[in-house]
Amino acid sequence: MLSFLGKRAVASAISLIGLVILVFFLSRLTGDPTNLYLPVDASLESRERFREINGLNDPLIVQFFRYAGDLIRFDFGMSVRRGEPALDAVLRAFQWTLWLALITMTLVTVAAIVVGSLAAFRVGGIFDRIATFFSLIGASAPDFWIAIVAIVVFSVSLGWVPTSGTGTVWHWILPVSVLFIRPFGLILQVVRGSMISTLSSAYVKTARAKGVRNRPIIFVHALRNAMLPVITVIGDQAAGLLNGAVIVETIFGFPGVGKLMIDSILQRDFTVVLAAIFVTAVAIFLMNILIDIFYAVLDPRIRY
Amino acid sequence: MMAGHLLEVRGLSVDFHTAQGAVHAVRNVSWHLDRGETLAILGESGSGKSVSASAIMNLIDCPPGDIDSGEVLFEGRDVLKMSDEQRRQLNGKRIAMIFQDPLSHLNPVYTVGFQIMETMTTHGVSKADARARTLELMERVGIPDFGTKIDAYPHQFSGGQRQRLMIAMALALKPDILIADEPTTALDVTVQAQILALLEELQKETGMGLLLITHDLGVVAEVADRVVVMNSGEIVETGSAAEVYRNPHHPYTKKLISAVPGTGGMAASLGTGIRPLLDVQGISKRFGDFLALDEATFTVLPGETVAIVGESGSGKSTLAKALLRLIEPTSGAAFYDSRDLVTMPPKELFELRRDIQMVFQDPTQSLNPRMSVYQIVSEAFAIHRDILPKDRWQGRVRELLEQVGLDASHMRRYPHQFSGGQRQRIAIARALALEPKLIICDEAVSALDVSIQAQVIRLLRGLQERLHLSYLFIAHDLPLVRDFAHRVVVMQAGRIVEQGPVRQIFEAPQADYTRSLIAASLHPDPEVQAERRAVRELRREA
Amino acid sequence: MSLSDTVAIPAPPHPVMQVLRMLWRDKVALAASVFLVFIVFCAIFGPALFEDIATKQNLRGRNAAPFDFSKDWIFWLGGDALGRPLLARIIVAAQNTIMVAAGAVVCSLLIGTTLGLIAGYTSTRVSQVIMRLADVIMSFPSLLLAVIVLYMLAPSVTNLIIVLAITRIPVYLRTSRAEVLEVRERMFVQAAQVMGASTGRIVFRHILPIVFPTLVTIATLDFAFVMLAESSLSFLGIGIQPPEITWGMMVAQGRPYLTTAWWLSFWPGMAIILTTLSLNLLSNWMRTALDPVQRWRLETTPRKK
Repeated sequence: MLSFLGKRAVASAISLIGLVILVFFLSRLTGDPTNLYLPVDASLESRERFREINGLNDPLIVQFFRYAGDLIRFDFGMSVRRGEPALDAVLRAFQWTLWLALITMTLVTVAAIVVGSLAAFRVGGIFDRIATFFSLIGASAPDFWIAIVAIVVFSVSLGWVPTSGTGTVWHWILPVSVLFIRPFGLILQVVRGSMISTLSSAYVKTARAKGVRNRPIIFVHALRNAMLPVITVIGDQAAGLLNGAVIVETIFGFPGVGKLMIDSILQRDFTVVLAAIFVTAVAIFLMNILIDIFYAVLDPRIRY
Repeated sequence: MMAGHLLEVRGLSVDFHTAQGAVHAVRNVSWHLDRGETLAILGESGSGKSVSASAIMNLIDCPPGDIDSGEVLFEGRDVLKMSDEQRRQLNGKRIAMIFQDPLSHLNPVYTVGFQIMETMTTHGVSKADARARTLELMERVGIPDFGTKIDAYPHQFSGGQRQRLMIAMALALKPDILIADEPTTALDVTVQAQILALLEELQKETGMGLLLITHDLGVVAEVADRVVVMNSGEIVETGSAAEVYRNPHHPYTKKLISAVPGTGGMAASLGTGIRPLLDVQGISKRFGDFLALDEATFTVLPGETVAIVGESGSGKSTLAKALLRLIEPTSGAAFYDSRDLVTMPPKELFELRRDIQMVFQDPTQSLNPRMSVYQIVSEAFAIHRDILPKDRWQGRVRELLEQVGLDASHMRRYPHQFSGGQRQRIAIARALALEPKLIICDEAVSALDVSIQAQVIRLLRGLQERLHLSYLFIAHDLPLVRDFAHRVVVMQAGRIVEQGPVRQIFEAPQADYTRSLIAASLHPDPEVQAERRAVRELRREA
Repeated sequence: MSLSDTVAIPAPPHPVMQVLRMLWRDKVALAASVFLVFIVFCAIFGPALFEDIATKQNLRGRNAAPFDFSKDWIFWLGGDALGRPLLARIIVAAQNTIMVAAGAVVCSLLIGTTLGLIAGYTSTRVSQVIMRLADVIMSFPSLLLAVIVLYMLAPSVTNLIIVLAITRIPVYLRTSRAEVLEVRERMFVQAAQVMGASTGRIVFRHILPIVFPTLVTIATLDFAFVMLAESSLSFLGIGIQPPEITWGMMVAQGRPYLTTAWWLSFWPGMAIILTTLSLNLLSNWMRTALDPVQRWRLETTPRKK
């Protein structure tokens, strides 16, 4: 187990290095890097000064190692716009995103598993059809569209919930609900499909022959086996939310990492963008390792 | 005690709704089972032999299943009229069931202890009592080291042990009836003998009624008191096991009994002084630390059938793959026509492919489902371009299909439209397309029903006579080998333990392992089987 | 020959007819495919037929409300802030929307499948390199990657297609590799090897036809995903730039008028939902239709009770 974790850590590190190389060279490929760091209307002198200070006139390879060296010390540099270390701004925003993702995914997972399992138990039944229909619509809906329609209906017309911010519980309702829809639809589909095949498996037949009741058959015998493909999808969806639900955060003015990233892009605050990418990537790697551990917990045949 | 039988099925008819409309799975089936007796339901695939058991256990999904008519009386009450809850309380407690292929019938993610305990806790036994009883049961069915194995998972046991665990699970609450659906089919013969013996002992202890569903006349002869023979959903014959074997009335039963291998004469050896077609010299294959094949040495003469016999893990399939270079042997040589197969360069190997062909175990899997029969057979000509010009392919495919007894007008159809036996004929036609001299048959008939098995063997023998083919016939089924082979090679755990002419192997086996194999294989005649059992009892007492 | 070897086999109907018949049985999937055919028709011929109407400004018809049936049919879904008919604009925008998604899906399908076949059928070292590359891409949420790349490169149709294609390659790569690893162990592949079939023949004649249906099913589902991603990027303003239009951009353009003219954002959003929903439904149907174990659900007519 430990050696597996070690291997995963090494693999993740390699992937992270790949990512760093990719972002670094892409940023240099696009021409003058001062274009990325400084405002569009910056004067020639200020560009030149920026180059001097940050060593942009050095050979590319020197620049890269200096940059990589800084990264190892978690030094992403100062935010040009905010006057604080870029990492601080990102970590602050990341907390909000983490909470948002955690709450949403918990609700999604519980709801999708319960509804999906029950739908699979009577395939083609009325409950199954309703669940399938709504999950398909959910999986098909663009979240930015749902978000703006929800604002018009629930905030503007009905005035039930505030449109943006994070002050109270009420502020969380719309972002969480909008973020809920698509992962719920997708995961429900996977739970249902996976449950249908496990419910027709031989060991479920054995359980029925033993006289086991329906509820333990679904939630004890079938569910744990059906969870393996589901976990993969939950992981993918959670990664999507961790990366900052860019659009939903922007629309609801939620101070998460997604909004920070878009704001920084629009303000051309490149150090913050880089720090945000790095932090989310690390978080996603950690989550993937967590998921692998979870696999091993669920299925005794998987031993690393 | 009630006047009626313990379990009685009366006039049961079950339909399944499919694409082609309703299929009658069983029609008007009636039988009964009493305490302490063993009833066998004998039938080939598609005979509906398992359907009445599924109806008893409430395991038929409706739809697509539909119980049309009939009643199932357990202690005089019709279970089909009971509520789901009432039936659930019978399952596991009064009537229990074990299945073929215990690996897939045990839940892979829970410990075996949990699964055995569950039978009891479901029916109201406390957890502590259930665990104590589980340990008792595991000991009784012969699981070594049961104290720690109770917390192990199904994949950590061998095939035979898994079936023992299934039996422990089924017998936890001392049910009145045990239904065993092909309980030994996937197991090796020696393990099969042990499991059948265990079932019999347990039946004596508890006095339960045993319903055994099987396709194997040998199993019937070994354990059954009475037998019900089924064919395409109907009962064609019932009676005591010995009576049905001695005096079958229905033509189907007669045909089934005559198709059983192991009762005909044995072939004579081909004689000496003939130059071997294939000369295998000390072939070995190692997977990591595991020696799968240990210095196998034997020869195959032109026109000869050499059988390689062994149980699972004996290395017989590894041997076949090594000879075909599907896997690379670790060491050794195999001379075909005095050229070494093992070290042969790719170009020569390609040419040699024409001479050595293979027929696989499961024709469903060995034929590409998306290719028509014509494409499958003519692929040989597409790969080896110099055999035939393209305009003659169709005529040749027609010839080959007729040669293996298929209707040549079906060559545009796809494999799934044929029956199992027909598919194996297609696979044989494909092998023949290259005009080989040696065909390696890897369990080529073990997936087929007995009556189909006999037909395919007859076909192979006919082809051998006509085309002077050699066969390397890999099998686990001794009676089949006895009827078909000239010479037999017995393998165990990667090593050849004995080889010789078929008569010598079966009449004067030298190795202990060969003897135990022959002793464990079942004869279809209940009287022969009873004699053997008596001998075994005597030996055990002595 | 006797007994079950002589069972008569009914001649099968033509495969195309079989598919159409199964589609006819499932009315929902049928509706979805009809709708998709219509969308594809709009994408191909829409700009040629409606370009003029869609760009002609008409200040009197500014934010014209929908369902005014006294007007020309093209105005039935209302007009936008410059008085251009929404229906015509949605039809014209279909081209860019569908083209980007189709381009990305086809590119990633081709590249991903090829790499997957290579990874599944060659030495472990090559396979390892390919899989690590896929891990790097997979470990990075696709939308974010697109945002960064489009921020650094110019947001053109080609770049959009390239970026979206790259992010989707791992999906096909992993699926095809996993399937190849499974299929190559099947006995009919061994049978071909025993006959001396070359690697190319085994891959293209034996493995690919088995793997392909799964990939097409995934591609259908992925088409919906890519469309949503493109719409999101366009909504954020880093996708396709005006005067080109896509549905996502139309939603963004209507956003300032949400409270006064909801239809500006609503209809393009509906177009996105209906298209992705149809794709999802069709993909679901394909999964059942291509699975021999599940297929009976489509071949039997449901019994009325």
